[in-house]
Amino acid sequence: MSTLHTVNKSPFEKNSLDTCLGYVAGGSAVLLLEDGVYAALKGTSVEPKIKSALDSAKVYVLGPDLKARGFSEDRVIEGISVVDYAGFVDLAAENAKVQAWL
Amino acid sequence: MSETVKKFLYLNRRAPYGTIYAWESLEVVLIGAAFDQDVSLAFIDDGVYQLTKNQDTAAIGMKNFSPTYAALGDYEVKKIYVEKESLEERGLTLDDLQHLVWEDEDEDWAEKDSIHLVSRAEMAAVMEDSDVVFSF
Repeated sequence: MSTLHTVNKSPFEKNSLDTCLGYVAGGSAVLLLEDGVYAALKGTSVEPKIKSALDSAKVYVLGPDLKARGFSEDRVIEGISVVDYAGFVDLAAENAKVQAWL
Repeated sequence: MSETVKKFLYLNRRAPYGTIYAWESLEVVLIGAAFDQDVSLAFIDDGVYQLTKNQDTAAIGMKNFSPTYAALGDYEVKKIYVEKESLEERGLTLDDLQHLVWEDEDEDWAEKDSIHLVSRAEMAAVMEDSDVVFSF
């Protein structure tokens, strides 16, 4: 049974992403949104953690939240898919449940 | 009327939009600027994200308050300190931030940079030098 994990906190301020990644099972999906989108950007100190998560899970980032914060899609780490709100709904529907890491 | 001018430091540590801190700080700075105090702004940790350029909030249905930072110079707010270590940890450089300026009336309104890139040690000195710190 697959789960969609959502992380909406900055990885520099809260440990939500760290904890989430420790519980993500293979084949699950992680969606970064709101202040969580900063984890999707290239060149940060948390980039290695995201890259290693990409080996076993699918990682998505919410485009509108990236754009609001001034970042274009070309700043996103390779392998992360940018989705819009409709894509968020699709992910929620495709997975058996949604687990939010607040 | 002579009054003691205090050095006010507004310390910003939060990213914009995810919480209300950034916007509230900006509101308080603008209100405080009307009282002719010595004002400095510090941006450390996720606070540096407040100053990124090209913010476009149309798709998230929130007000984009980032253009307001460009008005700070008109309010005589011209000491804006951004911490180098915080930028580096986030893979950012000054080029990712808005170019904020103020006009110096003593030099024929020449535009001067408001943002000062400082090290953590220099930021500590800015904090030490202030009389009052408002934390956001």
